[in-house]
Amino acid sequence: MKIGKLKRYLPRGRHVVIGVPFLWLFLFFLLPFFIVLKISFAEADVAIPPYTEIYSWAENQLQIVLNLGNYIFLSEDELYLAAYLGSLKMATISTLLCLLIGYPMAYAIARASKEMQTTLLLLIMMPTWTAILIRVYAWMGILSNNGLLNGFLQMLGVINEPLQILNTNLAVYIGVVYSYLPFMILPLYANLVKHDHSLLEAASDLGSSTFNSFWKITVPLSKNGIVAGSMLVFIPVVGEFVIPELLGGPETLMIGKVLWQEFFNNRDWPVASALAVVMLAILIVPIILFNRNQAKEMEGRA
Amino acid sequence: MKRFSFSNFMLWAGLAFIYLPMLIMVIYSFNASKLVTVWGGWSLKWYAGLLDNNQLMGSVLRSLEIACYTAIAAVALGTVAAFVLTRVTRFKGRTLFGGLVTAPLVMPEVITGLSLLLLFVAMAQLIGWPAERGVLTIWIAHTTFCSAYVAVVVSARLRELDLSIEEAAMDLGAKPWKVFFLITIPMIAPSLAAGGMMSFALSLDDLVLASFVSGPGSTTLPMEVFSAVRLGVKPEINAVASLILLTVSIFTFFAWYFARRAEEKRKRAIQQAMEETTSETWSAKAA
Repeated sequence: MKIGKLKRYLPRGRHVVIGVPFLWLFLFFLLPFFIVLKISFAEADVAIPPYTEIYSWAENQLQIVLNLGNYIFLSEDELYLAAYLGSLKMATISTLLCLLIGYPMAYAIARASKEMQTTLLLLIMMPTWTAILIRVYAWMGILSNNGLLNGFLQMLGVINEPLQILNTNLAVYIGVVYSYLPFMILPLYANLVKHDHSLLEAASDLGSSTFNSFWKITVPLSKNGIVAGSMLVFIPVVGEFVIPELLGGPETLMIGKVLWQEFFNNRDWPVASALAVVMLAILIVPIILFNRNQAKEMEGRA
Repeated sequence: MKRFSFSNFMLWAGLAFIYLPMLIMVIYSFNASKLVTVWGGWSLKWYAGLLDNNQLMGSVLRSLEIACYTAIAAVALGTVAAFVLTRVTRFKGRTLFGGLVTAPLVMPEVITGLSLLLLFVAMAQLIGWPAERGVLTIWIAHTTFCSAYVAVVVSARLRELDLSIEEAAMDLGAKPWKVFFLITIPMIAPSLAAGGMMSFALSLDDLVLASFVSGPGSTTLPMEVFSAVRLGVKPEINAVASLILLTVSIFTFFAWYFARRAEEKRKRAIQQAMEETTSETWSAKAA
């Protein structure tokens, strides 16, 4: 065999460079979703692992049995529908709150002096690297009936009886906004800092009010940042487990928590898989939107 | 009076909102009282108690071990992915590749965790590997999602780089891998350090993925804390939580420090080069 021919069989450098991360992500990120899809069509079984195979091979016949029972079960039980709606509502409202609070913060950072910007960014970024679990836990002590917030309000004489905040939806909103706020601020800042100020100056020279030029120039220009930030908050919050588990109460119905219980407490892997498939189907549009946006950011050389 | 604008007010209020709860928790970890909400004077007893807790210490070591492996692997994998995204412009499946790199950033953790566990179970049935779930499977899970963060950080830096230096090296006959290791890597080193520390912190912090893919006997620190926290607020947990905050803050500070020092060095080099050129032009004119 000639050396040239041998070389063709060996992967060329370029293929190795692309292949290694591709293979890893394919094997440990993409392929698992197909397995979830497969198991969502299986039946629960008392075995290890606790589900039945969906295909069988006997007498030269390949039989694939798709059991739709899990999906029918999901649509019949009101608990699951309520959990999906609860998650979507929680995610939508939290995203809006994060946007309302985060936009002015990102704007202020983008307008600060260069040295100040790095320090402020560090201050915003640091909590995202710190245990979300611990930051949520910190709120448990503050929001509980005999916690600091109630103590403070009682001391001021605003209330006589302690307010029930912990274990309600309000506590979950506080926890979610608190945990995800940096994920809104960072992409917004990255976008706002690139803006050309001469546009705003031109607008004010032409007699536009500050608010008007903000609304007509800054906001439309920051569209990509708003989309990226909103998706970074919305998508993970839909599947959030830790925050509703620690801060939420019986009224808090969220799909991440239900999936967790279905999997760990009821050990019903097929139903848990079906829950995940439906959740993914709901999120597919926002995920594609985020990926497109991110691809534009990553490729566009400004 | 631009300094007291609405956005500045929101910034400081927001920062207070972010930091006050953590500060309060740290202060209360020094509370001598057994009741979490009643202040009973300063004390270190909850910290001293931690050292005797063998189970907790074991989980701390396990978490640190996984975080180290994750940081190394995620930087390697994430850097290659970022390089492909920014430098290899055209190949089949590029859109899919880009999607695969960024999707772990947003994917709800319960979905990623569940799907990875089902993969491991299926693989164990099919090829007998992994025989048992533990440090190795948690490492794989963490590496997958941390490399997405590294890819974003590194690709931002790669896009800013001046391509002409790499091109010059190639023109002078350097092989691509040599250019990558001798020129590209040193130039993006601060972002690699930042990405590595970020992965370390993220891995140290993860509860949901680890809960899904760990086996019996491989409890990580967040899992340990979570099972304690579920039962309510306790002074010991305040102490553990404060120590975790301290560790991560130190790592963040170093990440910031490395990035800043590299930036200053670069600025100085540019300034020096400019001064030299100016003085040369001057002396040339004088002569």
